[in-house]
Amino acid sequence: MREQTQSFNRWNVIAMQVAVTVGVLALWEIGGRSGFIDKLFFSKPSDIAAQIGDWYRHGYILGDVVTTMSETLAGLVVGSLVGIVLGVLLASNRFLGAVFEPLLVLLNSIPRVTLVPLFILWFGFRFEAKMMSAIVLVLFVVFFATYAGIKDVDPTLVASARILGASRADIVRHVLMPSALTWIFSSLRSAVGFALIGAVVAEYFGANAGVGYRIQYSESNFNTAGVFAGLAILMTLVTFVDLFIRWVQSRLIVWKPTAI
Amino acid sequence: MIRVTGVGKRFPGGYEALRDLAFSVEGGRFVALVGPSGCGKSTVLSLIAGLDAPSAGSISVREQPVTGVGDGVGFLFQRDALMPWKTVFDNVAMPLRLRRRPAAEIARRTDDWIARVGLRGFERHYPHQLSGGMRKRVALAQTLVYEPEIILMDEPFSALDVQTRDLMEDELLQLWQGSGKTIVFVTHDLEEAIALADEVIVMTAAPGRVKARYDVTLPRPRVIEEVRADPRFGELYRAMWNDLRSEVLESYARANAVV
Repeated sequence: MREQTQSFNRWNVIAMQVAVTVGVLALWEIGGRSGFIDKLFFSKPSDIAAQIGDWYRHGYILGDVVTTMSETLAGLVVGSLVGIVLGVLLASNRFLGAVFEPLLVLLNSIPRVTLVPLFILWFGFRFEAKMMSAIVLVLFVVFFATYAGIKDVDPTLVASARILGASRADIVRHVLMPSALTWIFSSLRSAVGFALIGAVVAEYFGANAGVGYRIQYSESNFNTAGVFAGLAILMTLVTFVDLFIRWVQSRLIVWKPTAI
Repeated sequence: MIRVTGVGKRFPGGYEALRDLAFSVEGGRFVALVGPSGCGKSTVLSLIAGLDAPSAGSISVREQPVTGVGDGVGFLFQRDALMPWKTVFDNVAMPLRLRRRPAAEIARRTDDWIARVGLRGFERHYPHQLSGGMRKRVALAQTLVYEPEIILMDEPFSALDVQTRDLMEDELLQLWQGSGKTIVFVTHDLEEAIALADEVIVMTAAPGRVKARYDVTLPRPRVIEEVRADPRFGELYRAMWNDLRSEVLESYARANAVV
């Protein structure tokens, strides 16, 4: 049935995506070589590739990636756990929810970038400052998704679980958490991006390693190819982490119809 | 077994669903509650189950006042109430697991009930992979597996197509006959009520009270198809419909007045 309703197949989509990417890169390259695009400000794909190759030969890439990824993952894990626990707590206890949910909305309105200088004051150029920067972005995304996911649970399922003999803790485990899990996973996918932003922005403010530091260093030397090379590395990282999360998600949420 | 005395229920919005409702159900009986839509039939069930508390009057089950969800009560919901993230086996096993029964006993009783409702081979399916009728069977097995003395049913078959519904009614009777369990079955369908029950209680339009009660003396064991052909079935139907008609009309009139 799905085959009939879809007028295009998967391979056509992928072929088109590759074509668009190659086309844009080719135009950029031609523009850069012909002088139509100013190389000083916009660089060109071959220079960016050369820059990545250069960093690779110097052994910077592995170090930078490991640094940034460990900050990102630490922020993602800690921020998600705190977000999930807060979400479950505030959504399943009406009093706590009424007290703290508006406070979290308020805190969420703070532009997180402005907190980074504080973290650097508290922790210096160390790992913790970057991790904190990632946490304060991730926490809210995951919290609000968990909170909404639990509020969204079908009341009939909760009533049914109570009849079948579930305690409050049983209801959280057998009904609320599984119901919120779809919401949590979709939030985790955007949380990966946020964690990386947090880590890179904090590196940009002050660090001596990491992809954000490499971008900031290139920028201060008018090395636009270096800035783009850093961005390319970040994009690659996010893509891999996203693939990983989708894989975990498909393993954990097997009970949904696959049509979506 | 169940005693409802002077029960009233007013919801926070001000809607009065029940007023001065009184009836009792003897152990081992199959009692149907019928009434126009919105007469508070479903509310009665959630009060007996302890899911909600009455605003006036009292309810007792086995001579004990109902103060919360009790242990020996089962509930079949009108809507699908299976956990969509649990397989058929895990759904049926859930009440036993919540009671911390030994694993071997859980496996034995769960397998037994899955077989008795005719779903052997579907243990590892998820609810979304089953038809509406199969999901109802899972819900039935999930309720019967922990052997509650009292089973409350809130229009459990109303969402099924007519053929599946007849089949499910027959299966319900087969599972119930000789089990000694007490059933309170809410429906707006008189035929279903007469075909299944020992006793039918007709309720008034909201706020719901008891309008009339009838003993259904049709012989058991019953087969749905044959029961409908019995002349006494028609007599009972006409008598009950006489009572019910004015209530349904009143309920419609009131609904239209509100709109």
